[in-house]
Amino acid sequence: MTTLTREQTEALIQEVLEVYPEKAKKDRAKHLAVNDQTVEQSKKCITSNRKSLPGVMTVRGCAYAGSKGVVWGPIKDMIHISHGPVGCGQYSRAGRRNYYVGTTGIDTFGTMNFTSDFQEKDIVFGGDKKLAKLINEVELLFPLHKGISVQSECPIGLIGDDIEAVSKKGAKEINKPIVPVRCEGFRGVSQSLGHHIANDAIRDWVLDARDGAPFESTPYDVSIIGDYNIGGDAWASRILIEEMGLRVVSQWSGDGTLAEMEKTPKVKLNLLHCYRSMNYISRHMEEKYGIPWLEYNFFGPTKVAESLRAIAARFDDSIKEGAERVIAKYQPMMQAVIDKYKPRLQGKTVMLYVGGLRPRHVIGAYEDLGMEVIGTGYEFAHGDDYDRTIKEMGNATLLYDDATGFELEEFVKKLKPDLVGSGIKEKYVFQKMGIPLRQMHSWDYSGPYHGYDGFAIFARDMDMAISNPCWSKQTPPWKKLPETEELKKAA
Amino acid sequence: MANIMVGKNAAGAYSFYLPKRDLEDAIVTMEFDSTDKWGGEIRLNNGGVYYIEPQALPARFPISLRARRVDAAE
Repeated sequence: MTTLTREQTEALIQEVLEVYPEKAKKDRAKHLAVNDQTVEQSKKCITSNRKSLPGVMTVRGCAYAGSKGVVWGPIKDMIHISHGPVGCGQYSRAGRRNYYVGTTGIDTFGTMNFTSDFQEKDIVFGGDKKLAKLINEVELLFPLHKGISVQSECPIGLIGDDIEAVSKKGAKEINKPIVPVRCEGFRGVSQSLGHHIANDAIRDWVLDARDGAPFESTPYDVSIIGDYNIGGDAWASRILIEEMGLRVVSQWSGDGTLAEMEKTPKVKLNLLHCYRSMNYISRHMEEKYGIPWLEYNFFGPTKVAESLRAIAARFDDSIKEGAERVIAKYQPMMQAVIDKYKPRLQGKTVMLYVGGLRPRHVIGAYEDLGMEVIGTGYEFAHGDDYDRTIKEMGNATLLYDDATGFELEEFVKKLKPDLVGSGIKEKYVFQKMGIPLRQMHSWDYSGPYHGYDGFAIFARDMDMAISNPCWSKQTPPWKKLPETEELKKAA
Repeated sequence: MANIMVGKNAAGAYSFYLPKRDLEDAIVTMEFDSTDKWGGEIRLNNGGVYYIEPQALPARFPISLRARRVDAAE
C-alpha cells in the first residue's frame, strides 16, 4: 500500500469512471471525491442523497428497512407488523443483532417476525380487513405487548390501504397504542427517508403520550439516542454514562421500550450517537420541549474521553469530576489494549464503506490503533454527514458516496488496503481477492464496539482479521519464490 | 416558501437549518433583531439570502418558520 497524492487519487477516480457510458459517468463523477480538509461545505466536492442509477449495483436499502429495521425494530416490547408480503419481514428478521433483555414471545418481540402475509386477493380487494384481524390475533396471542406498529411494505402505498383508520379503530379496541408508519419501500432514494418517516411517526404518535404526566426528574437525566445496541453497544455506552453520575432515562432504540420513549421529553439532554437516523427527532424535541442535543462518539478511547468531557461540560462540577474519574479508571486498561495491538497493527490501512455514522465515527478508533483510513463512504448520507466527515478524514483520501459494486472493487484493487470495513455483501468478494474484511454493520457477529469495553473487542477483532495466517497462503506453493529468496526478502 | 429552523448557539449567534436541503449554516446578518421586530432578510455564511416575515422576537429558540428564498448559494 502506498499513500497517494491528490493528483494520483483524482487520476484513480477518472480511471474507474472510464467504463461507464457518458451519461452515467457524468452522474457518478459527482459522487466520488478526493478529500480536501479546507472545504467548508461538502456539497462543493461531493453530491449525496440522490437516486441510484438504474443498472448499477448499489448496496442501499429501502425506506421500510430504515423504519422497521433501524428505528422501530429494536423497540422490544412493541410488536412491529410487517404489513404486506411475507418476504420483507422474514428475510430481514433478527439480522441486525440489536440485543435486548426479556423473554422473546412473552414480553419482548425483537427477533420475531409478524407479518400480514399478503396474497393476490389482498392486493386486489385491499388488506385492511386482514390488518384488523391481525391486530386482534396479536392481542389474543401476545397479551403482554405494549403496543403495535404497522410498518407498510410497498403494496400498501400502491393499493391505497387506509392503515391509519384501521390502527385508530384497533387501538380503541385493544386499548394500546397502534402506530401506522407509512414507510413503503419505494419512498425516497434509500433507507434514509425511512429513518425520517419513522422519526415523524414517533413524533406524531408516541412522544406526546405522557405530556403533563408526573415524573420524578433529576438534574442529571439524559437519554441515549441513536444507539441500536448492535452486539450490546448501548449497554457498553450506558455504563460509562451512568458511571459518571448521569441517569439514563431512555435508550433509543436498542434494548428500548415504548415507556422509555414516552418519557424522553422529560430529560435534560439528548445524547445523539447516530446523527443520520435520529437527528430529526432530536431537533423536534429541541424545539418543542427545549431539550438540547449533543452528538457524541464512543468509538476508541480518544474519542470516548473527548465525548465524556463534552457531555460533562453540559452539567455541574460533580459530573465533570465523574467524567475525569471514569476516564482515569479506564485509561490503564485502554493503554494495555493499545500496547498489545498497536505494534501489530501500526501503519495498516483501512477502507470503509458503510452507512449511518460509522464511516466517520470509527476513524478515531482505527487511529488509536495506529491504523490509517484511506477511503471512506456512506451508502445513504446527506450533505451534513459529509460536512462532518471532511474534517475527520486525512487530506487527499478518497470519498465515495453510494459507491457501486464495480467502483468499490476497483478502488480496493488499486489502493490495496490491509483491511476493508463493509457489509456481508462485500465480505466474500474482498476476501477472495485476498483482503481481510470486517463487517461494520453487525460487527461481524462480535461486539460491542462502543465505549471502553467495546474498544478492547474492536482491537482484538481487527487484529484477528488482519493477522490471520490465511492471508499469507494466498499464493499456491508452486508459484511461490524459492525459499532462499523468501528468506532474503525477510532479512 | 421553505420550512426552516432558526436556532441560537451557545455563543448567542443565530443558526439556520433547512431540513429539505440538509443545510446547516450560521446566519451572518439579520435585518431586524429587536424585541418587537425580528426577521426580515437573513444572510447566511454560504452567501444564501432568505426572507422571514418580520415579527416579534420569538420567545425561545430553536423555532420553525416559513421563509422565502431570495437568493440561494447553490
